[in-house]
Amino acid sequence: MSTTTLAVLVPLLPFLGACAGLAAGRRAPGFVRPLAVLPTVAAFALAVLVAVRQGGGVGPDAINAATELTPTGNALLPIDLAFHLDGFAVLVAVLVGLVATCVQLYSTGYLRDDRRYPSYAALVSLFTAAMLLVVYSDDLIVLLVGWEVMGICSYFLVGHYWETAAARSASLKAFLVTKLGDVPFLIGILALASEAGTFRISTITTRLTSQLSDFELSHPTVIALLLLAGVAGKSAQFPLHSWLPDAMAGPTPVSALIHAATMVAAGVYVVARLLPVFTASAAALVVLAVMAALTMVGSALAALAQDDVKRVLAYSTIGQLGYLAGALAVGNRSAATFHLLSHGAFKALLFLAAGVLIAAAGTGSLTAMARTSGLRGRAPDAFWTMTIGLLALAAIPPFSGFFSKEAVLAAAEHAALDPVAGIPVAAGWIVLVAGLATALLTAAYATRLWLLAWAGRSPAAATVAPTELDVPDTPVTAGGAGPEARAQTHPGTAATTPMNAVLWLLAVPSLAFGLLYGWLADWFAGPSLAPTLTTSVLGTGLALIGALVTYAAWRQATAVGRTPDPTPALLGPLHQPARAGFHLDAAYDRMFVAPVRGGARLVDFLDREVVDAYVRGAATLPGWLGTLARRAQTGNAQTYLSVLLAGAVVLAVAVLAAGA
Amino acid sequence: MHLAYPAVLAALLFSVGLYGVLARRNVVLVLISVELMLNAVNLNLVAFDVWLRDELHAGQSLTLFTIAVAAAEIGIGLAIVLLVYRNRGSSNLDELRDLVERDPGDDNSDGDAGDNTSRPTASAAAAPKGEVTA
Amino acid sequence: MSGLVLLGAERGFLSPTGVEITFLLVGLVTLGGAVLAVTSRQLVHAALWLVVALGGIAVLYLLLTAEFIAWVQVLIYVGSVVVLLLFGLMLTKAPIGPSPDADSGNRWVALAVALATAATLVTVVVDAFRTAWIELDVPQGTTEIVGRSLFRHWVLPFEALSLLLLAALVGAIVLSRRKKERR
Repeated sequence: MSTTTLAVLVPLLPFLGACAGLAAGRRAPGFVRPLAVLPTVAAFALAVLVAVRQGGGVGPDAINAATELTPTGNALLPIDLAFHLDGFAVLVAVLVGLVATCVQLYSTGYLRDDRRYPSYAALVSLFTAAMLLVVYSDDLIVLLVGWEVMGICSYFLVGHYWETAAARSASLKAFLVTKLGDVPFLIGILALASEAGTFRISTITTRLTSQLSDFELSHPTVIALLLLAGVAGKSAQFPLHSWLPDAMAGPTPVSALIHAATMVAAGVYVVARLLPVFTASAAALVVLAVMAALTMVGSALAALAQDDVKRVLAYSTIGQLGYLAGALAVGNRSAATFHLLSHGAFKALLFLAAGVLIAAAGTGSLTAMARTSGLRGRAPDAFWTMTIGLLALAAIPPFSGFFSKEAVLAAAEHAALDPVAGIPVAAGWIVLVAGLATALLTAAYATRLWLLAWAGRSPAAATVAPTELDVPDTPVTAGGAGPEARAQTHPGTAATTPMNAVLWLLAVPSLAFGLLYGWLADWFAGPSLAPTLTTSVLGTGLALIGALVTYAAWRQATAVGRTPDPTPALLGPLHQPARAGFHLDAAYDRMFVAPVRGGARLVDFLDREVVDAYVRGAATLPGWLGTLARRAQTGNAQTYLSVLLAGAVVLAVAVLAAGA
Repeated sequence: MHLAYPAVLAALLFSVGLYGVLARRNVVLVLISVELMLNAVNLNLVAFDVWLRDELHAGQSLTLFTIAVAAAEIGIGLAIVLLVYRNRGSSNLDELRDLVERDPGDDNSDGDAGDNTSRPTASAAAAPKGEVTA
Repeated sequence: MSGLVLLGAERGFLSPTGVEITFLLVGLVTLGGAVLAVTSRQLVHAALWLVVALGGIAVLYLLLTAEFIAWVQVLIYVGSVVVLLLFGLMLTKAPIGPSPDADSGNRWVALAVALATAATLVTVVVDAFRTAWIELDVPQGTTEIVGRSLFRHWVLPFEALSLLLLAALVGAIVLSRRKKERR
């Protein structure tokens, strides 16, 4: 089979699997698991095969294949079912396939007692297909289709535990917020296509980067900012990030797949694909850089103050996506993709391990976990893999996160110190400073998470722990491990073998993927991704400082306070706002929801009291006439006859008068 | 003789009968008024027949027929009046008001209209059901 | 109506013949009887005033040379219809003596309608027939003439009418027969 055929099969297989799974779900429950796992595994294998055959490289090395999908009425602007397989696409596809496979395997154990497992698995498959379509697609409209299918899958999967109000509102919020970004995104796509004269991404980028042609977009800033809105929605960047922490109400594997590794990365991936469009506008790059910086620092602070494990991880996802956006803001997509890949691996690992941890502890609350001893013994695999994941997250060498983050920081430093044409120096500095600050904070919250979750040994532990265990349905924070704890077996039950296997499978790239930086730079045919000395020392030093300070604060908190949480001491007055996500939701509520509500009330008032007044007024006159007509119905035959004859006389007189 | 005399007289008689039909309460008196109207028409028929010297004497024949029909009508009419009186205890026309418009929401007790079950109306509600006289 | 308006005819209304005078007088009596019949407060009196009106009409038939009709009128109307009406009054327990509520509240409407009808009809009739003249030299309604036309030209309606009468008879019996209590 040709590479193109294989590439077609990659998204097609999970799609067919999803259809079959949906069809089989109720009737043949036995087929559900194979139908969920096998197509995904096959797609993963094919993605690897495609990657091997493509062999890396971008631009001329890419494999292009297209067939016209539908005419648009403009012969010059057709929609093609087009693939563009370059080094980035094939590797991201491999990541998607890997994470999807892991999640499907993990779900067979994690959701084994769930009634809605068939639809869940089918939706995950459908999501995988859509994501792979987005990754491979060369056509903006086809990409948008996959993009929206992902959105709707995310909506359904976040609302998987729709019995709980938190899940319902979280799914709605996720859907609406991402749609808020998608509308400008669609407009941006159409504007871009109409200016570039094609929907093909490869054609657009070729024209923009080619030295020979003088092709220039006439409104690059507008287009870039419109696209950026969609990216911010999908990738949970400030100010549209607020849906992601709430989306943790979904099952943990979904959080791992969609809200950590793949879908949220899709926005950044699209920017990477369309990077020439963004580099055409310095303003857009600065906006992207500022957005990334705000997102990074803010989310890291928020992550430090969260109590729920999954919310910590969600904010950390937002922050890492900020790194990706920052790398793109300095125009280095190799670094962005590198970090995307490694982050996808270790964040999926963290989420899946967190799922095991939550199941073992029976709660998602870190405070509660800190009072529980022996979690380490109850979930040893989760402990070790999560430790690896957290080290990767904190960018400690030689874990993968170190190399990829160093690549980003190096790119920022490069942009800041050696100005390159087209990349604003300001963007470089912003990203560099924010990235270093975030490195510190990331290490801090990773340490805190590890200490609170696994090192629980408070003086009261011996007495508190049993009560915690006896109450599996302990109310937890809105992050919503509650339904999971309920859907799961009893807390403390060991994870199944496939779940642990998946954890170790994902631990490998988290551990070692970063060492491939040299090979990756060749693969991307881009600049070197090797860590530079300055940023390495700075970043690692800061990370170590963050970790050590957190450890010291934790020791002190454990020694004196009732709560072992080191954050209040670390953040001081910032703690409360950070805990509430800097009250952004409240601000949005005040800025948008309240005025809309007020407007709705006004419209409602106008409708009821003004518009309806006319309607009621129009009804009053016929009503009165009707009352009069009813009055005439006396039931007395003589009255009727009188009226009848009077009418006859009047008619006769009228006829006579007319005849006269 | 001027044709106007019988014609005008017939018109006046008809109007008098009309007044009676519309103004009288008692059903028997209404029937009396109906007879007056019929007679007014008869007078017209005869007068025009005589005036036209009709070969077939259609006017006079029709008068005879009308008289016969009037006799039948008075018989049937009186029978109905008696029946109503027996059921309602009243032969006043303005008390027979079953067709009156009621407020929606009032009961519409549907005893079928054909048989003798009485339907109390607003004014005759107190009339004893199925009261039989004579 | 004033005769002055109608003077255009070949025979004026101001020089009435003897028959016309008689007709006028009897007509007035008839009209008076009719008016009293529809206004009397005593129900039985109303029926009796009806006799006067019907009898007057019979006389008018005679004046119009329709003697057969006149006798039929006397026989059927005065003889039987009025008797039936009197029976009807009696069976419905009509009060003897004046009953103040003989007229309904509809009276003034009825009066207005009746006056309007009278005005319209009289206007039309007078306008149409003020010049028409009835020659009364040859009797037009003797028993022979009426019988001849009835049994020569009008046999079928006549027989149909007998059926109608029969039906009415049966109907009247059915209606007025007291039903047995079914329940």
